[in-house]
Amino acid sequence: MKLLNLQRRMARAVMTPLTHSERMRTVAPDGRSMRAVASQIIKPNDRLTSFERLEIYNRQYWFRVLSAFAEDFPGVRAVLGGRRFDAMAKAYLIDCPSQSFTLRNLGSRLVSWLQKHPSRAGERQNLAVDMARLEWADIEAFDGLREPSLKPEDLAGVNPAKLRLRSQPYISLLALRYPVDDLLLEVRKDSDDLDVASNAFNERHKRKRVGAVAKLNPSAIFLAVHRLDEDVYFRRLDREEFAILSALQAGKPLSAAIESALRGSLIAVADRAAHVEKWFHTWAALGWFCRLEKSPKNEKAASRQ
Amino acid sequence: MPANRFNGHTDYGIGIGLRSPHYHHILTRKPVVDWFEIISENFMIDGGRPLRILDQILEQYKVVQHGVSMYFGSAERPNREHLRRLKTLVQRSKTPWLSDHLCWGSVDGRYTHDLLPMPYTFEAARSTAQKIREVRDFIEIPVAVENVSSYAEFHVSEMTEWEFLNEVAERADCGILLDVNNIYVSSQNHSFDPFTYVNSVPAERVAQIHIAGHSKYRRYILDTHDHPVIDPVWKLYARAIERVGHTATLLEWDDSIPSFDEVHDEALKANRFLASASLAAAV
Repeated sequence: MKLLNLQRRMARAVMTPLTHSERMRTVAPDGRSMRAVASQIIKPNDRLTSFERLEIYNRQYWFRVLSAFAEDFPGVRAVLGGRRFDAMAKAYLIDCPSQSFTLRNLGSRLVSWLQKHPSRAGERQNLAVDMARLEWADIEAFDGLREPSLKPEDLAGVNPAKLRLRSQPYISLLALRYPVDDLLLEVRKDSDDLDVASNAFNERHKRKRVGAVAKLNPSAIFLAVHRLDEDVYFRRLDREEFAILSALQAGKPLSAAIESALRGSLIAVADRAAHVEKWFHTWAALGWFCRLEKSPKNEKAASRQ
Repeated sequence: MPANRFNGHTDYGIGIGLRSPHYHHILTRKPVVDWFEIISENFMIDGGRPLRILDQILEQYKVVQHGVSMYFGSAERPNREHLRRLKTLVQRSKTPWLSDHLCWGSVDGRYTHDLLPMPYTFEAARSTAQKIREVRDFIEIPVAVENVSSYAEFHVSEMTEWEFLNEVAERADCGILLDVNNIYVSSQNHSFDPFTYVNSVPAERVAQIHIAGHSKYRRYILDTHDHPVIDPVWKLYARAIERVGHTATLLEWDDSIPSFDEVHDEALKANRFLASASLAAAV
């Protein structure tokens, strides 16, 4: 048997879902006999059959990916409850096996997958999607690239009508329906407190909190998931603040981004300039914008002043 | 060998794996440690705390990179993004050599994140050696391949595991990271004499040695890296050192990780064997 063929057959077997009792299936979902697959490629020994030897790898695969996935999404687990989360995780990992050399990227397709499979989250689908978006943004913020930050002097003589600001690659801007930022912090606190409180108490508390949030009427919250001094933070944003940052991320020039964000705003016209100034001051202090690229667009913007 | 072309002509002593539960201890207490081994994939990222900690470690300690997902034995060609990130980290860590496993774990772009055993065939040896050469040519430092623990053997195998390791190392002209715990685990699972394995490895290619603990079940042994090293593994280590000389040695402890001092003390037990090797070399 050729190397590639053998590896395809074994990988397919190893990634075949386990039974409910976490053993290797005797018949794969596509009708293959797993005993036959095992005995065709793997030798038995005096203690284990071919099937049992293959099963060691089959179980290790699922234990590894499920535990890595659960570690990355404790918030989604709290929203769905343990049993539903486990079923969802298995279904997700069957549809979206790892395509990366690092387990860090295991959940990269969870948000879009959950949106396509609403039944996996039941009545709490919107809440689960919001939480998945937040937890994935958290992963991205944790180890995303930080470029040199924009300095005030970089902006000297630049025409705002042409200026295109780029936010740091580690920042995610999220428009959410539920206050999942508070909920996730509570879930994490519960996990941290496990040493001092019983597991049962924490599970009850978590269920109660999730239930309370799920009962809230959906109302938009705007969030920037960012990093400061290597810690990840969730920062609530005003609607207009979020709109400006989103427009800038989409590549709009500064003036156009501000103009479109403030169109229809409830902020009094007289107060808008002060708001914009305050927001930019905060964003600059947090280092959210990257230094200007020496792109023809920005060069031209500067030279016309 | 103490220093050879497969470990960048370095003469490292006893190291331990750099693991997150020990970061605070290491950065605040600054214990004396010969070197740390890092899991490359944990630092093949664009930014954030892990890289900041690595930079702080690099200010004080020697670091060697050990990978878990290059999959030299996978039939597919190396992933270019993986190689690019690996090289960036090599330039940052200044690792004198780089190791990864003699195994496979991905096919058709899907990753199992496991160290799956190789079929010991000449075709696999040729393909694996070619991939090791490609990786080494790209990252431009010596590469050592590590023997893995295994729980299965293939019908198609044409040679023993140690013959396969030697065949690959010769064809790739690469170093060997000899994991004596893995040899022990596989010897128990496949009923061979572990000393035959250790005695068959080309001593001049050994760049580094791994020691570790494992978990024993009724019908097989799992390589779990969550226990101290057991005596039969120390005996294999002693024999390996007797053959290859005073070689960079690393204790792996990846699960149920005890205190830094406990891990380091366990690693330092290797000194008694290294000391006798040094003595023998001096006589």
